[in-house]
Amino acid sequence: MDKLIALLGWVDDRFPLSKMWKEHLSEYYAPKNFNFWYFFGSLAILVFVLQIVTGIVLTMYYKPDAEMAFFSVEYIMRDVNWGWFIRYMHSTGASAFFLVVYLHMFRGLMYGSYKKPRELLWIFGVLIYLALMAEAFFGYLLPWGQMSYWGAQVIVNLFAAIPFGIGEPLSEWLRGDFVISDATLNRFFAFHVIALPFVLAALVVVHILALHETGSNNPDGIEIKKNKGPDGIPLDGIPFHPYYTVKDIVGVVVFLMFFFAVVFFAPEMGGYFIEHANFEQADPLKTPAHIAPVWYFTPFYAMLRAVPNMFGSQFPGVAVMGAAIIVLFFLPWIDRSPIKSIRYRGTCFKVALGAFVVSFIVLGWLGTQPVSDLLTLMAQIFTTVYFLYFVALWVIPKYEKTKPVPERLTS
Amino acid sequence: MKKIIVAFLMSMLPVLVLAAGDGMHNDKVDIDLNNKASLQNGAKLFVNYCLSCHSAKAMRYNRMGKDLELSDEQVEKNLIFTADYSKKPDGEINKIGSLMEVAMQTRDAKQWFGTKIPDLSVVSRSRGADWLYTYLRTFYIDESRPFGVNNQRFPSVGMPHVMWELEGLKKPVYENQKGADGKDHKVIAGYETVVPGKMSKVEFDDAMRDLVNYMVYMGEPALLERKTIGVWVMLFLVLFFFVSYAMKKEFWKDIH
Repeated sequence: MDKLIALLGWVDDRFPLSKMWKEHLSEYYAPKNFNFWYFFGSLAILVFVLQIVTGIVLTMYYKPDAEMAFFSVEYIMRDVNWGWFIRYMHSTGASAFFLVVYLHMFRGLMYGSYKKPRELLWIFGVLIYLALMAEAFFGYLLPWGQMSYWGAQVIVNLFAAIPFGIGEPLSEWLRGDFVISDATLNRFFAFHVIALPFVLAALVVVHILALHETGSNNPDGIEIKKNKGPDGIPLDGIPFHPYYTVKDIVGVVVFLMFFFAVVFFAPEMGGYFIEHANFEQADPLKTPAHIAPVWYFTPFYAMLRAVPNMFGSQFPGVAVMGAAIIVLFFLPWIDRSPIKSIRYRGTCFKVALGAFVVSFIVLGWLGTQPVSDLLTLMAQIFTTVYFLYFVALWVIPKYEKTKPVPERLTS
Repeated sequence: MKKIIVAFLMSMLPVLVLAAGDGMHNDKVDIDLNNKASLQNGAKLFVNYCLSCHSAKAMRYNRMGKDLELSDEQVEKNLIFTADYSKKPDGEINKIGSLMEVAMQTRDAKQWFGTKIPDLSVVSRSRGADWLYTYLRTFYIDESRPFGVNNQRFPSVGMPHVMWELEGLKKPVYENQKGADGKDHKVIAGYETVVPGKMSKVEFDDAMRDLVNYMVYMGEPALLERKTIGVWVMLFLVLFFFVSYAMKKEFWKDIH
């Protein structure tokens, strides 16, 4: 034991190990009233690690070659020991990542975690979300099934919709060919296993550093740093370790129950996590009648389809879809209410947030369905509702009847 | 507000009905992956009737043998007939560890059937068991088609009725039905046997169930063990939940 302490001292003289441990874990003070919604940050890190580890194993057997990719996945599913388990963890992990991140973002919306002083924290988060979408998109081409292929075709063609003669050459440059092909598969593989994981890891570090600089928000939306004891420790704060580490372990176990229930009993999740049509090898000459992206992209896909072509160009739809994500960056300044938590905000805000969530879910469902007049109309209505939320955030605070915010945490 | 929600949900009903499919329903097939006799019979039908044109090149013969409780000798003697001409110009018969490749060349297939012949390794996962079961049982006489048969589940399919010897040949009995557009449509209501086969209808249905059973297994051999392992994982997690929850309670008892 003495030797270990000596070793730690030796390290500490050369690297801030104990200092970092204290700063980020044992003496990082988090509000003591975290509820259910506060599990999803640590769960996102868990899923990220899981994706990296399973991804490394998959990379050992997968062949990024248009001729071999499809059957190399089946090789993993059959001939590689536990290959099916690794592959299902990775495919389920992709959906789980988005589910966890969506819930994490919803938490931020509910408790105003994007507001001053956490604007940068929120922006880094939105960047993570963007990088995650790119990561998922590149990864989805790799199994080289029909949906992989045609989904990628549709998305890359979106870039072709950019006007002024930029679009076509840009999409060709992205594909490295006139259609999605072996060249595209190779570069998507490179992006999926090297470029974006690096970007994601870096952004996660920055996101956590920003969080630990400002301190965590909480369900009451009160700054615990305003009430410090004589020792300089927030009165309503508790050290992250051991309190939240042991609590998060419980969250992890419950999450893994759901996660492994999918992995072992329903890895396709009825065609939502692994699409049935993706068990057919990519065929550039055979366009499927119905192309749908995986569920986590469908809200934006529904928005894209909701906007009619204008001047013979798909660009307006692309612009609306892009705006739906870009607008998130400005959220800290769009919402003018000084009150953070939904607990002390008026009914209007609650209704608006509810409508926003409903619109996102309905758009998600619409994006999985084939186009019809009724569904397009619905997609237009709910796309409008989605954007109206941001208008509401700007307008509501002017007329809002809010409740008094307490000085200290309530529970 | 409640009224609006109800009205909205009601308006979704026709959408859900429309989204249900492409008009034809599939017959449900009751398969059992634990029934080794059924899987073995399915494997026999598969290598005899399917594997001469279709490949299943994700599947190995010896893996199939192991999972279906057949020895290597049994598989070699009874289930390996094809040679892989694409890789072995001399047409050597496949070995026990070979993948289920097929002798037919793509360029020949295109000439003979007008299309390349799909690999069947994971067809049960793209089409579904019920689809396959329905497809295999709905070939009918149609002189306008190159092979004299058509298929109700997959109209104008390029495949001949390979198992006509077993099932016999049947012709459709049509019936007029009102479609969604209010007009009468001629639809197939049932079938009438023209040439009897070696099997009765019940025997043929059972054989096709076995074949589909095998194809579902072949689509995902891990299916045989996946759920069993899953039960143990879930049991462990339930146990671990109680442990972790007790630990959390213990640590948190002084936080109010």
